[in-house]
Amino acid sequence: MDEKKDISNPAIESFCEKKDITILAIESSCDETAAAVVKNGREVLSNVIFSQIDLHTIYGGVVPEIASRKHIEKINQVIEEALSRSGMELHSMDAIAVTCGPGLVGALLVGVSAAKAISFATGIPLIGVHHIEGHISANFIENKELEPPFVCLVASGGHSHLVVVKDYGEYEIIGRTRDDAAGEAFDKVARAIGLGYPGGPKIDKLSKEGNPDAIHFPRAKVSENEYDFSFSGLKSAVLNYLNICQMKGEEVNAADVAASFQKAVIEVLVEHSLHAVKAFGYDKFAIAGGVASNSSLRAAFEAECGKRKIRFYHPSPILCTDNAAMIGSAAYYEFRKGLRSGLDLNAEPNLKLGER
Amino acid sequence: MKILALDSSGLVASVAVAEDDCLLAEFTVNYKKTHSQTLLPMMEEVKKILELDLNTLDAIAVASGPGSFTGLRIGSATAKGLGMALGKPLVEVPTLEGLAFNLCGTDRLICPLMDARRGQVYTGVYISRWGCDGKWQLETLVPQCAADISFILDQLNQIGREVIFLGDGVPVFAERIKKELRVGYSFAPSNKSRQSAASVAALGAIYYAQGRTVSAAAHQPVYLRMSQAERERAEKENRDGENQDEESLDRQNLTGRNRDEESRDRRNLTGRNQEKEGCLE
Repeated sequence: MDEKKDISNPAIESFCEKKDITILAIESSCDETAAAVVKNGREVLSNVIFSQIDLHTIYGGVVPEIASRKHIEKINQVIEEALSRSGMELHSMDAIAVTCGPGLVGALLVGVSAAKAISFATGIPLIGVHHIEGHISANFIENKELEPPFVCLVASGGHSHLVVVKDYGEYEIIGRTRDDAAGEAFDKVARAIGLGYPGGPKIDKLSKEGNPDAIHFPRAKVSENEYDFSFSGLKSAVLNYLNICQMKGEEVNAADVAASFQKAVIEVLVEHSLHAVKAFGYDKFAIAGGVASNSSLRAAFEAECGKRKIRFYHPSPILCTDNAAMIGSAAYYEFRKGLRSGLDLNAEPNLKLGER
Repeated sequence: MKILALDSSGLVASVAVAEDDCLLAEFTVNYKKTHSQTLLPMMEEVKKILELDLNTLDAIAVASGPGSFTGLRIGSATAKGLGMALGKPLVEVPTLEGLAFNLCGTDRLICPLMDARRGQVYTGVYISRWGCDGKWQLETLVPQCAADISFILDQLNQIGREVIFLGDGVPVFAERIKKELRVGYSFAPSNKSRQSAASVAALGAIYYAQGRTVSAAAHQPVYLRMSQAERERAEKENRDGENQDEESLDRQNLTGRNRDEESRDRRNLTGRNQEKEGCLE
């Protein structure tokens, strides 16, 4: 840390005098109420997640108002649990980090309001964090040696982004979905074949019993940008296939449909991602987000990266799902740059990566 | 006794600090900015001007609902964060009681009306009295509920006493009041007509003295309404009923009352479970 001692920013100076930076992080952007304590961006002292998934299952997806109500009910309990498991006091935190977007606005506001109040009451600096930046940073937690630059695929129920991570906190989005997010396609197909919500893990599981080459579904290419994704065509192809089977009175093999659909998604994700890694001249690739915990996706990337001599990084499933540890990691690098949020920090449901 | 109070249940964002029987500061804004952008900066301003050491507070009073769902949660999450960080209890002041307390001192009935959309209001009927303990009290004649405007006008006609209306529902329902109310009425002046954290603080101090506090962890707002998804689901299940209109009115009134009780029960339970379980994952 001695290389930054000549910097005149007082926030950075005081940081240089201190050895460890400990951050309390809060995440409430969708249907998980989460809090964590993270040391120096990479060491997780505690990571508490209250998942509401059971509440939303009967509605076939996340209901924003129900999610927000549950967040307000659980928020203090989750934060207090994270602090107590870390063995640290609130007052010894160096920063309070919170997801400020993108996400469900009502849900985000619970975390943002609580974080601001805690920052105000204690005088501890506040750092608003981009949710996707958090997902990417989950890789720093589990792969201590991973440093930018690298290419990262962020795929979840709400996002499908191909991102070049140039440096800590410096991103360029080179590809994104034109329609459905990858995880959204999983959810919709799962519903169509009667698996229910959440679709990702259920399709992943059922696929293991099916033949991935039984049905050929289309692999969509987007003409203007080779790194963009499109999954709605694939989803429609699956729904069409199911309709045709029904009209003909043929029995549908759900496992085959699941496996064939999953293969089509994975092929596109792998192809676009690894093409980008080579095109940008990097030798490192990481995945993040809920879909990154899909076992076949991991296996496919593992195999293809091996073939192409690319080092492949991925967080464990618990850090792929929405969590606050990843927010604490991302906030650490913001903190080091001297970035702080004001008490007027707002929840931004459509926050762009790299915007604050 | 020092209390920090906040109300973000409606369009108004309001913050106040009161000590014993004296209001030290109130900051109220009725502007298009979101509560998320205004509430904490207002609080910071009040703290700065009062040179307030937050650790000297005895409690945080919060307008605990009903109101705008998101507005309520901004207020509640703020109060919960403050309570946790400062180790102070919360005092829940039902929004309509806080609003009614704006007009404490009148011998007329007080009827706050909050526009609840879909032709409904959040409302209640109150009267203030000078108690034998030398404090003002708010007596509840109709407990706070989400109801059709005609329900509350009907109640007022039955009670048959002069009434003052206030709240953001007044301009929305002024015509209906004129048409359907058979008792004398008036509307509160602009300095008393909307939510005020000073009233939440004043009533909060009374409740605090009565020991009516909750832990920051246990507090959650009272919505008086289910979420739309829950409501539609319930309606779907109940669609066979014939006298739907009447039924649903009854159900709403019942729901209003039951939910208050329910949530109190839930809070107590939560408080206990928390200590026992301590594990969330």
